[in-house]
Amino acid sequence: MRYLAATTAAEAAAALAAETGLTRVLAGGTDVLVQLRSGLVEPELVVDIKKIPGMREITAEAGGFRIGAAVSGAEIGEHEALCALWPGVTEGVQLIGSTQVQGRCTMTGNLCNASPAGDAVPSLVAANAVARIAGPQGERDCPVAEIPSGPGKTTLKKGEIISSIFLPARPGRASDAYLRFIPRTEMDIAVASAAVSLELDSGGTVKTARIALGAVAPTVIAVDAAAALLVGTRLDDGTLAKMAQACEAVCKPIDDKRGTVAFRTKTAGTLARRAALIAYARAGGSR
Amino acid sequence: MSLDEYRKREFKQVGTRVRRPDGVDKVTGRAMYGADATAPGMLWGRILRSPHAHARIRSIDVSAALALKGVKAVVTAEDFGVPEDDFTRDVQDNCMARGRALYDGHAVAAVAAVDQATARAALKLIKVDYEILPHVTDVDAAMQPGAPVVQEGRVQENVPKGFSDNVTAHFEFGHGDLDAGFAKADKIVERSFKTAATHQGYIEPHACLASVTSDGKADLWCCTQGHFYVRTLCAGILGMEASQLRVTASEIGGGFGGKTTVFIEPVALMLSKKAGRPVKLVMSRDEVFRATGPTVSSSSDIKIGMTKDGRITAAEATLRYQGGAFPCGTTEFGTQAAFAAYDLDAVRTYGWSVMTNRPKEAAYRAPGAPVAIYAVESVVDELCQHFGLDPLDVRLKNAARKGTKSSYGPTFPDIGLVATLEAARAHPHYKAPLGPNQGRGLSCGFWFNFGGNTCVSLNVNTDGTVGITEGNPDIGGSRASISLMAAEELGIPYDNIRTIVADTSSLGYNDVTDGSRVTFAVGLATIKAARDAVRKMCARAAKIWGIDEEAVQWKDGAAVPAGPNAGKFPPMTLAEIAAVSAETGGPIAGHYEVNADGAGVSFGVHLCDVEVDRETGATKVLRYTVFQDAGKAVHPDYVEGQMQGGAVQGIGWALNEEYIYGEDGRLQNPTFLDYRVPVASDLPMIETVILEIPNPGHPYGVRGVGETGIVPPLAALSNAVSHAIGLRMSELPMSPPRILKALGGS
Repeated sequence: MRYLAATTAAEAAAALAAETGLTRVLAGGTDVLVQLRSGLVEPELVVDIKKIPGMREITAEAGGFRIGAAVSGAEIGEHEALCALWPGVTEGVQLIGSTQVQGRCTMTGNLCNASPAGDAVPSLVAANAVARIAGPQGERDCPVAEIPSGPGKTTLKKGEIISSIFLPARPGRASDAYLRFIPRTEMDIAVASAAVSLELDSGGTVKTARIALGAVAPTVIAVDAAAALLVGTRLDDGTLAKMAQACEAVCKPIDDKRGTVAFRTKTAGTLARRAALIAYARAGGSR
Repeated sequence: MSLDEYRKREFKQVGTRVRRPDGVDKVTGRAMYGADATAPGMLWGRILRSPHAHARIRSIDVSAALALKGVKAVVTAEDFGVPEDDFTRDVQDNCMARGRALYDGHAVAAVAAVDQATARAALKLIKVDYEILPHVTDVDAAMQPGAPVVQEGRVQENVPKGFSDNVTAHFEFGHGDLDAGFAKADKIVERSFKTAATHQGYIEPHACLASVTSDGKADLWCCTQGHFYVRTLCAGILGMEASQLRVTASEIGGGFGGKTTVFIEPVALMLSKKAGRPVKLVMSRDEVFRATGPTVSSSSDIKIGMTKDGRITAAEATLRYQGGAFPCGTTEFGTQAAFAAYDLDAVRTYGWSVMTNRPKEAAYRAPGAPVAIYAVESVVDELCQHFGLDPLDVRLKNAARKGTKSSYGPTFPDIGLVATLEAARAHPHYKAPLGPNQGRGLSCGFWFNFGGNTCVSLNVNTDGTVGITEGNPDIGGSRASISLMAAEELGIPYDNIRTIVADTSSLGYNDVTDGSRVTFAVGLATIKAARDAVRKMCARAAKIWGIDEEAVQWKDGAAVPAGPNAGKFPPMTLAEIAAVSAETGGPIAGHYEVNADGAGVSFGVHLCDVEVDRETGATKVLRYTVFQDAGKAVHPDYVEGQMQGGAVQGIGWALNEEYIYGEDGRLQNPTFLDYRVPVASDLPMIETVILEIPNPGHPYGVRGVGETGIVPPLAALSNAVSHAIGLRMSELPMSPPRILKALGGS
C-alpha cells in the first residue's frame, strides 16, 4: 500500500487516475481506516487530500457557503453563520459517529462513502447542494443528489475527487431540519432518516419544499411528490399525514439486522412529518 | 453450612469509600491488560475461523501458509490429543474444531508469524475443504426430532425419548401438589416467552501471551477471571504438569462471567510450543462476538395460579435453553432460580438443555436466572394487573423468608427479600406520578452466590505495612475490599495495605472469580489470615514481655496485656512488633485456606419507569432504582457500581441486545454497532438503595453482590413497557421494530 499526501487537487486526481489497483481517498479517515483495519479493503494507493489548499476551509460565496472536502464535522458545528443558514445540514453532519469521530469525519467523506444511511446526505439533497469535482479533465459541478449511485457506489469517474460542497443562499423565511431514527441515542447508524427544507412566504405558507429520505432505498432519495403536497399549506395535520404517506409510498428499504421493511417505511414517514414541523418552526412559521 | 461466622460489630473502616488502588493506573493508561504483555522474540498469532454454521472439515492444507516467509508455526486440531473426559474435550474442541466446524466463527487453524500482516496473509493461504452440513440455531427448532444434530452421543440418560439428540439434559425441581394448587386459584395465567442470546460485552477482547520453552516449562499471561482454572484447562489440554505452567492474570477490562474459561490460550501455547518462541494472540471484536461465550437464548412456558387476594397457589415453569454447540452449563441454575423469590406450596420447574450451531455459551452474570425470572415476573405482573392488586403487596404476600422451603430444595436462613421489598415500597420512586405513554415496572431478582476454594497470604512488612497475596483477578474492586477488611481486622490504616493478585505458582488453588464469591470468600480468608497474623504478633509481644501468649490480646492495631493480671505493659503496635521481628523469630505472616461455604443468597428489587414513543416503538428509560441486599457493603461505591452495572446490562438485554442469525446460520451483527449495548446517553442515573441484612456465613455479614443486579431488569422493563403501551410483551429484546409491530404501527 502506497500513501500519497497530495498538495494539489490535480496531483491527487492524476495519481488516482494512473493507479490500476484499488484506491482510497483519505480525508478524515473515519470510514477508510475502519475498512483498512477490518481487512475489508486492501488498497494499493491511499491519497490524502487534507494538505491541498482550500480543502479545510469554509468560505462565504454568493450568499451561501463553500465547504472544503476535508473540513471536519466539529468545525462545521462551530461555524455559527453556516449553522444558522442551513441548520438541517449541519445537524445531520454533527450526528456522524461520536464526539471523537466528529473531530475527523467530513461531510464530503460521508457523501462519498455512499451509504444510504449517511447522516450528512439527506439534508444536502434537500438543500440542492452542489459538489465541485476535480478530475483528470479539470473541474466540474454536480448536484449532490446525483453523486451516490448505490450502496458504496458513486457516479464519480476514475480519478475524480470532490473538492468542496456548495450550499446556496436562501431567503429569510427558510430553514431545514434533519431527523434520524436509531435504537439508542448516539454512536449508531440511521435505520431511517428524513430531511426537510422549506421556504415560506410572508404569511407563513410554504412556498417551496424539498424532502429527502435516508436508509429506505439504495441511495438517499428526494421525494418530490411528498414535498409538493406541502406547498401552499401551513402544514395542517391532514397535509402532514398525506405527506407521510407519500414518503412511505416511495420507500424500498431492505429487511436486515437494523430494521424491518415495515419499520423503516413507517418510521421514514413519521420522521419526515416531525422534521417538516421543525423546519417550519425554524423558518418562522406558526401553524 | 457455616452459619455461625457472623459477629455483630462496629466497623471503623469497612463501609467507607476509600480510594481505589487501581484507579491511577487505569485512568492514566498504565494498567497492563491482556494485550499489553510482550516478550523478546515474540510472534503474532492469528486464528482462521469457519465461515459456515456447520460443516465437515474434509481436509486442511497448510503447506502454502507454512511456506510463506515469516510464518513460524501452523496449528490445527491434529496437533492436540483427544482428552478423555468430556468436559476438557469440549473446551479443547471449542478452541479448535476437530473434524467438524460447529458454528460460524469456530476456530479451524492458527498461525504464528513474525508480524501481524504476515499472520493475516498466512491465514488466506490455508485451504480448508468444507462439506457444508445442515444447521440449526433456534432453540425450539433444535429440539424437534429430525433437526440437524449438532453433536451425536451427548444425551444424558434422564432425557425422555422423542426429542432430537440436541436435547442433552433435563432437570426438574419443586415440591407440592400442582393440580390441587391450580384448583385453588381464582385466575391462572399461562404464557410463553422468548429471549435472544446476549453477550457479556466486556470492553477488553480476550488476549494472551504464551511462552513455552524447550525444556517443557511454560508461562502464560492472559486476561481471565480465573488463572488457576486456566492452568487446569491448559495443562489438561497440553498434557502438562501444573507446576510447569505458570499463569499470570492481567488487569481485566470486564468479564461478567465470559472470561471463566479459555478460548485462545491453549492455541497460543501450542503455537509457542511448535514455533519455539513466545506467541501473542489478541482477539478482534468480531472474533469475540462469533467465538466466545454469549449467554443462552431461551424459550419458556409459565403457568401461575393466584387467588383474588393475591396469594399464589401453584406455579410451573418449563425453560428451554440453547447453549450453543456443546452441552449447556446454565440450564440447571435457571431452573432452580425461577421461583426462588416465592414461598410456594406447589411449584415445579423443568429445564431443557439444547445444542445448536452457535458458539458455546459461557457464564454471564447470574447465568440462567435472568431469562427464567423474566418470564415468571412477567406472569406475576399480569396477575396483579388482572386483579388490580399492588405488585409490591403481592410480592410481599408471597415472599420467601427465613424458614421458607425454596423452590429448588434448601430451606432459607436469614435472607433480605422482605426488607428489600419494603424499602422499595417506602421509596418516593414507587409513588411518583407518571405521564402519558409512560409505565412503571418492577421485578424481584435472586442469585445463589458461591464461596469456593480460596487461599490468601498476609505478610507483615518490617515497616509496619502489610502486603496481601490473593489469587483472584480483581473484576469488581476486590483489592480495595480485601485491603479494607484486613485494615479493619488488623487495626491499621487502609493506605498501609497493598493487595496483589498473585500468579498460579504463588498460592494454592483459587476458584475462578465468579459466583459473586470474591468479596465473600477471599474476604473471609483475608480476615482469617489477618487473625492468624494477629495471633503470631500477640505471641511475639508475649515473648518480649515475658508473659503467656494467652495473656495478650489485640486491640486497635496493637498487642495489649489481656487484663490486670497479665502485667502492666504499654501497647505494642503492629509497626513496633514488625520492626523487631528479626529479633523475635523472623518474618510475620498470616495464612488461610478454605473451601468456603455459607455464601448467602442475595435478593434484589428493581423499579423502572419508561416512556414509549408510539410512533417509532422507541423506549426511553426515565427512572430506575435498584434495591439490593449486600449483607454488608464493604466498599459502598463498588457495591453501587455492581448494582448499576447489572441494571444497565439488563436494560440492554431487555431493549436492544441480541444475537441475530441469518438463514445461512451466520451471525449478522458481530460488532458493537449492530449489537447494541446501552451507551451513557441512553440511561438515567441508576439510583441505588443498599440493604444490609447480615449473612450469617461471613464474619462481617458480607454477601456477594455482583450478579443479582442483572436479574430483575428484564421483567422490570417488560412490565414497564407493557403498562406504557397497554399490551403484554413476551419477547426480548423489545426493540423498536418489535414494539411498533405489537402496536400495529407497521
